[in-house]
Amino acid sequence: MAQETQTNPKPMFESKVIGVSTPRIDGPFKTTGTAKYTSDHNFPDLVYAWPVTATISSGSVTGVDTSQARKMPGVVAVYTHEDIGPLYRTPPAAGFSMIQDERRPPLEDAEVRYYGQYVGVAVAKTVEQARAAAEAVRVSYKQTPLNINGTLLGTPLSTPSMRRGSHRGDAAASFEASAVQHDAVYKTPSATHNPIELHATVAVYDDGRFTLYETSQAIVNHRDTLAAVLGVSPENVQVITRFLGSGFGGKLWPWPHSALAAACARNLNQPVKLVVSRSMMFQSVGHRPAIDQQVKLGAETNGKLTTIVHNYVNHTSMADDYSEGCGEATALLYSCPNVDITSGMARRNVGTPTSMRGPGAVPGLYAVESAMDELAVKLEMDPVALRLLNEPEKDESSGKPFSSRHLAECLKVGAEKFGWSQRNPAVGSMKNAEGMTVGWGVAACSWGAMRIEAKAMVELLVDGTARVTCATQDIGGGTYTTFAQLVSHETGIPLQKVAVVLGDTRLPDGPISGGSWTTATITPAVLSAAQNAVKALVQVALRAQHSPFAGKSEDDLELVEGVVRLKADTSVALSQEEVLRLANIKAVSGNAESRGTLGAHNDYSFHSFGAQFVEVTWQPEIARLRVSRVVTVIDAGRMLNPRTAQNQIEGAVVMGIGMAMFESTEYDERTGAPINASLADYVMPVNADCPKIDVTFLDYPDYHLNALGARGVGEIGMAGVAAAVTGAVYHATGVRVRSLPVRIEDLLVPAHGHEVA
Amino acid sequence: MQPFEWSTATSISDAVKSQAGAATAQQGASVRYIAGGTNLVDYMKLNAETPRKLVDINGLELNGIERLPDGTMRIGALARNSAVAHDESVRAAYPVLSQAILSGASTQLRNMATTAGNLLQKTRCVYYRDPSTACNKREPGSGCSAIEGHNRMLAILGTSAHCIATNPSDQNVALMALEATVHVTGVKGPRSVPISAFYLLPGSTPQQETVLVPGDLVTHITIPALPEGARSGYLKLRDRASYEFALSSAAVVLKVENGRVAFVRIALGGVGTIPWRTPEAEEALRGKAPTAEHFRAAAEVALRAAKPQSQNAFKVELAKRCLTHALMQASQQA
Ligand SMILES: Cc1cc2nc3c(=O)[nH]c(=O)nc-3n(C[C@H](O)[C@H](O)[C@H](O)COP(=O)(O)OP(=O)(O)OC[C@H]3O[C@@H](n4cnc5c(N)ncnc54)[C@H](O)[C@@H]3O)c2cc1C
Ligand code: SF4
Repeated sequence: MAQETQTNPKPMFESKVIGVSTPRIDGPFKTTGTAKYTSDHNFPDLVYAWPVTATISSGSVTGVDTSQARKMPGVVAVYTHEDIGPLYRTPPAAGFSMIQDERRPPLEDAEVRYYGQYVGVAVAKTVEQARAAAEAVRVSYKQTPLNINGTLLGTPLSTPSMRRGSHRGDAAASFEASAVQHDAVYKTPSATHNPIELHATVAVYDDGRFTLYETSQAIVNHRDTLAAVLGVSPENVQVITRFLGSGFGGKLWPWPHSALAAACARNLNQPVKLVVSRSMMFQSVGHRPAIDQQVKLGAETNGKLTTIVHNYVNHTSMADDYSEGCGEATALLYSCPNVDITSGMARRNVGTPTSMRGPGAVPGLYAVESAMDELAVKLEMDPVALRLLNEPEKDESSGKPFSSRHLAECLKVGAEKFGWSQRNPAVGSMKNAEGMTVGWGVAACSWGAMRIEAKAMVELLVDGTARVTCATQDIGGGTYTTFAQLVSHETGIPLQKVAVVLGDTRLPDGPISGGSWTTATITPAVLSAAQNAVKALVQVALRAQHSPFAGKSEDDLELVEGVVRLKADTSVALSQEEVLRLANIKAVSGNAESRGTLGAHNDYSFHSFGAQFVEVTWQPEIARLRVSRVVTVIDAGRMLNPRTAQNQIEGAVVMGIGMAMFESTEYDERTGAPINASLADYVMPVNADCPKIDVTFLDYPDYHLNALGARGVGEIGMAGVAAAVTGAVYHATGVRVRSLPVRIEDLLVPAHGHEVA
Repeated sequence: MQPFEWSTATSISDAVKSQAGAATAQQGASVRYIAGGTNLVDYMKLNAETPRKLVDINGLELNGIERLPDGTMRIGALARNSAVAHDESVRAAYPVLSQAILSGASTQLRNMATTAGNLLQKTRCVYYRDPSTACNKREPGSGCSAIEGHNRMLAILGTSAHCIATNPSDQNVALMALEATVHVTGVKGPRSVPISAFYLLPGSTPQQETVLVPGDLVTHITIPALPEGARSGYLKLRDRASYEFALSSAAVVLKVENGRVAFVRIALGGVGTIPWRTPEAEEALRGKAPTAEHFRAAAEVALRAAKPQSQNAFKVELAKRCLTHALMQASQQA
């Protein structure tokens, strides 16, 4: 396969599709209900699986009585750890394959380590029968003491000591010597991904081959991982995710239900559908862990930072190590000579945590940016000015220059749009037109930009259309549309004539949909594949019988808007259809593969930046707090499709509001059960909670990352929101909430200067 | 969900007959009427309710909303929550009822939910809904998981050592302040129960929530006319702006004459094991000037008996602010 070509990208100003707001090409399928999501796949003889889940969180299964369940109508099988058949552990992750957060295959043994762990599965002809049978299975347990202690910092760790991350200078000494000091602990609770689409697997088994319809944000990894779990070779597993009802990171890596469904299909030699219930979504498919973060900031009296210490501990499960990278942005956001970041994990009887939109940076920046706000109060300094003062020249953690950093401009533009200069810093001093108290808060944000490996294929067809294929998936963010835009941009074929086929591991291996890397990653692969397809078409044009281009060379020709023509005399031209018809060729294709920046040597530090400005309104007479206004300014490279990009930021801001004000998975201390495991009890923002969100993109292309200068916008919009909200809450109420979410009970105190930790 | 039988009632007596043989009309009832189904079916799916038989009453003509000649409002048991809330005469005569209903659930749910179904909706206590846990209301004698567990949403008034669950309804708080009457047809024929006598405190039998006995079908409710010049309103405080149950709510009816409170009725939601009427607070206000201080003093009285749980002490102050503000709003209406 051809390597990527960095040369010769189309200059931006010529593009009719890049940077142009483009409606999703898959929109009509979704709005008409014809988009086939995973659980919409049905087959003759399909049966339904419903897991039996543990009602303890620590101990072991001593007996499973399936006799009643087996007799129930429609029941085909009931499996436990004794008869599910072989399921293997995956070997350790290597690079970007075999990634799995919960590595124990389902029903491996009788051990129970978290509430809701699968201890059996019932299979029946209808989903209702399967559920009824699963509920009729009687499981007895031997319980051992559980630990779901919500305090993490200062409790025993999974390792002998904290792990040291990025560090420079002598933070301990400089903190002691700092004229102004701030030292506080910030807590974020467990949070559960709640995409509308439930996790699901439809497993079809045929003579040693598995076809798995999955709700996956990473089908290639899913294929390789499930092949290992099922003990078959990867070519015997095909994974399909045509549409995803979103994932927010929760669907990146395979969870036990997938192997469970596949094992049932194998055992029964029959297609099996398993849809994880909403309450199980709170148990066995990951969550953002609870995290305690200590942040110490030292500064000179003029606000210049001297010290940043960031120590944090996240909970992880008993069997797996999930570490939340809260310090990623801490090391590079500001100029500061002394930095020390350490982290640890504390084991609890909970399901294994996983990435949630903006993993690491989102909770990490809540802590660090809250601390910056508190420091600004101590310094009696404007929090925007404090950040501008500490703007670094380069990434001080690596010493590398930033590929493209415009945080200062984000802050300035945001301040201007928000009207920040009108801010009176005195607590509770500002009122809106209706006389309600308002509070204003600000936070900066950052998110790493990256490219990973990807392959893609572009075909140019005799009917004048193009087709692009890649084993990546559109998780709702607009990836189908991005592919079409890229091909249209490179070939001149109109968007409507570009077919995009994704979501099937039979296609060339594509990237995961995570880390906001998709756009940056597919751009070079698709552009190169399209260039190669065009070259192939030109070759055909030169060689076809009776070609008007006979005797010319490749360099003499160009493809413009689907027409191959002589550069010297553009009237000598053949359309793509004519070329291929003349040669009796159905389609020409171009393949390409692009490398990643991950693990490779890079000359630059690649990051996106942004600024969040938040207004809250506060009515103390009824203890009512609302986020009333958000201004977000984002520096994330070139926006290939401003329309879908804006959607991403708006959605992320809403999730940020949810994190700040509502979301928290609560565990019953006695059983370890996530107790608010339903959409009624797990509070998230509804439309009425969503204020006007003003999104601005600075739109500086980052040509160091790829030819179009695109980075990615899936996560950055959520970072910083919670800190801006709690800063605004402090400004309005005088209450500093250091334990999310901000709740009514935190704000009922009459006095100012209160702290909630 | 356990398998169940479905039947369709063709008349009131037919419905009553089909439930009459059941052992109880309370928790554990083997026969249940189904109206909108928005509460019952949810809880059947969770195995918190396990009826053997459902009797569909939607075919009965019990959905009328009418003003009787004496000014009484008569609302059929099957009148949908949305129909009641948007009814012109309800909105004119009882803003508190319209506001209370519209503050609850969502448009889709209100379009299905019925007056009687709302009257009889079960608590949202998370343990009640989870059959793997102990719950005296669901399984008498098994214990109460909430008292030492997750009880932030639960009650601070009317609790017992056996149950602290909140009655979650908004509608019922308004009906309490409006002194509605529940009309029931049972095995022995029709009877009427003032709403103040309709709900039972949990005591040692939290499974018994109302005075209904097997066969009892709620046919309609009536609401007496309010005194000329009385204002009413509903205020609901909750974690998010919409689509969420109350942490605290207040339904108030207030008439101010010559600068004095001439008539007042107060009911609180989100804080009681039943929709909570507070005659003492009303008494404290009568004849007083409609000032913030007097309203706050009445709120102090209303919450005097509050007994907070481990996670909901804040509700005491919240309920006071809620009631004070609701009274302020009512007094400021033109
Ligand atoms: C997500 C969600 C959010 C909600 N939020 C709120 C909220 O904020 N505020 C609020 O107040 N409510 C809320 N609700 C509850 C809602 O108001 C109730 O579900 C609804 O009012 C029940 O009415 P229904 O007709 O559907 O009752 P059903 O589910 O049909 O019946 C409920 C009970 O009443 C009995 N019953 C019904 N009709 C009669 C009759 N005529 N005679 C005797 N017994 C009868 C049934 O047997 C059953 O026991 C919410 C519900 C949901 C699902
Ligand atoms: S409060 Fe009532 S409903 Fe809740 S667990 Fe206790 S007994 Fe059951």
